[in-house]
Amino acid sequence: MKPPATGVVSPGKAGWRLVQRDLRLGLRRPGEWLQPLVFFLVVTTLFPLATSPELSRLRDMAPGALWVAALLSSLLALELLFREDGQDGTLEQLAVSGLPLPWLLLAKTCVHWLMTGLPLVLAGPLVATALGAPYASIPGVFAALLLGSGALSLIGAVGAALTLGLHRGGVLLALLVLPLAVPVLIFGARATSLAIAQDPMTAPMYLLGAIAVLSATLAPLAAAAAVRISLE
Amino acid sequence: MKLLIAENLQLWRGELHVLRGLSLAVDVGCCLQVTGINGAGKSSLLRVLAGLLPPEEGSVRWRDIDTRRDPYAFHSELAWLGHGTALKGDLSARENLRYSAGLRRELTPSMIDAALARVGFAHADQRLARQMSAGQQRRVALARVLLLDSTLWLLDEPTSNLDRSGQQMFTQLLEAHLDEGGLAVVATHQPLPLAAQRLQTLELT
Repeated sequence: MKPPATGVVSPGKAGWRLVQRDLRLGLRRPGEWLQPLVFFLVVTTLFPLATSPELSRLRDMAPGALWVAALLSSLLALELLFREDGQDGTLEQLAVSGLPLPWLLLAKTCVHWLMTGLPLVLAGPLVATALGAPYASIPGVFAALLLGSGALSLIGAVGAALTLGLHRGGVLLALLVLPLAVPVLIFGARATSLAIAQDPMTAPMYLLGAIAVLSATLAPLAAAAAVRISLE
Repeated sequence: MKLLIAENLQLWRGELHVLRGLSLAVDVGCCLQVTGINGAGKSSLLRVLAGLLPPEEGSVRWRDIDTRRDPYAFHSELAWLGHGTALKGDLSARENLRYSAGLRRELTPSMIDAALARVGFAHADQRLARQMSAGQQRRVALARVLLLDSTLWLLDEPTSNLDRSGQQMFTQLLEAHLDEGGLAVVATHQPLPLAAQRLQTLELT
């Protein structure tokens, strides 16, 4: 009988290799992760043009504009998360790799956040300042976006996994993900407006953190179950 | 010793009763060739065996344990090759193998080069996967199967797009795998020129 394979990789290391692969792929296709960022910047710069360039009014609208743009741009990027891997058989390979699928999907989602979420987090304070937020609010805006965008990527991963088998799953994906993403929008915008008003923002930040932790624990499991169903 | 046993598999795809009480057993050092007309359920059978598709009834057992009870132990001894080659168009052959087979086994560059040489892939080829022909992509996908060093191969149409020398190459790889004491289930229409005692056939209707 054939002896067992040598040099077996631990799940932790396998996840890290998957991260490396997806990062390398992402760097070779900058268009994919630049698109959500450009969308985010375009929407937020169009806002003052369509409403009023008066700074005091812009400052009131900044949290809403920022978070609606962030939510839509993360939705835009979601379709790319698993689609190619589903079509070319990579997800199949991962599902029968003998490695924990939720862990591998979490690794993929992390890279997706790095490529599409982190640019928004970094650009967010800049946009908020352009919309009249004081400089002192920058750390608060940054922290709120950091937690919120992470939660959005994780929640979105479940929707992306569920719509994997559909050819044009974009609309359905939005319908599935939006209700779950609304709490993130509400508390994110609330935290941002408190930050801009320079008030304590602990309450919405705790809630955002709770959503982020909850989705980090549950979303990979749900996404793995959804991927297995989509592969049937 | 029969390591892979499937009993009384029943599978429906929509209105179609694809697998009707199918049973099979594969011996160590044996290859089971699955044939049948298009749509007879070859791919479905392989997906059921791999655990990608749960059957309505029946069980698949590996080393006498139901594969649904301990899928991780089963999958760590499985090399699967489906319709999709699972190659990334923007990575070279070497990178593709490093990040796919490399998720499961520690690979050195020389191991990857050796596997590529065995599937007849030119050593100096630095092209990205999307610049390769379909046959060359198949060869790289077969190199991944080799690198996984698994006991069980489940291969769905492994020789599609391969030229004549590619098909001979595949037969040699399969023979070497069986010589080492491996098992294989292969769905293909191509005749597999293996010795009669190590080739079982199953025709789906």
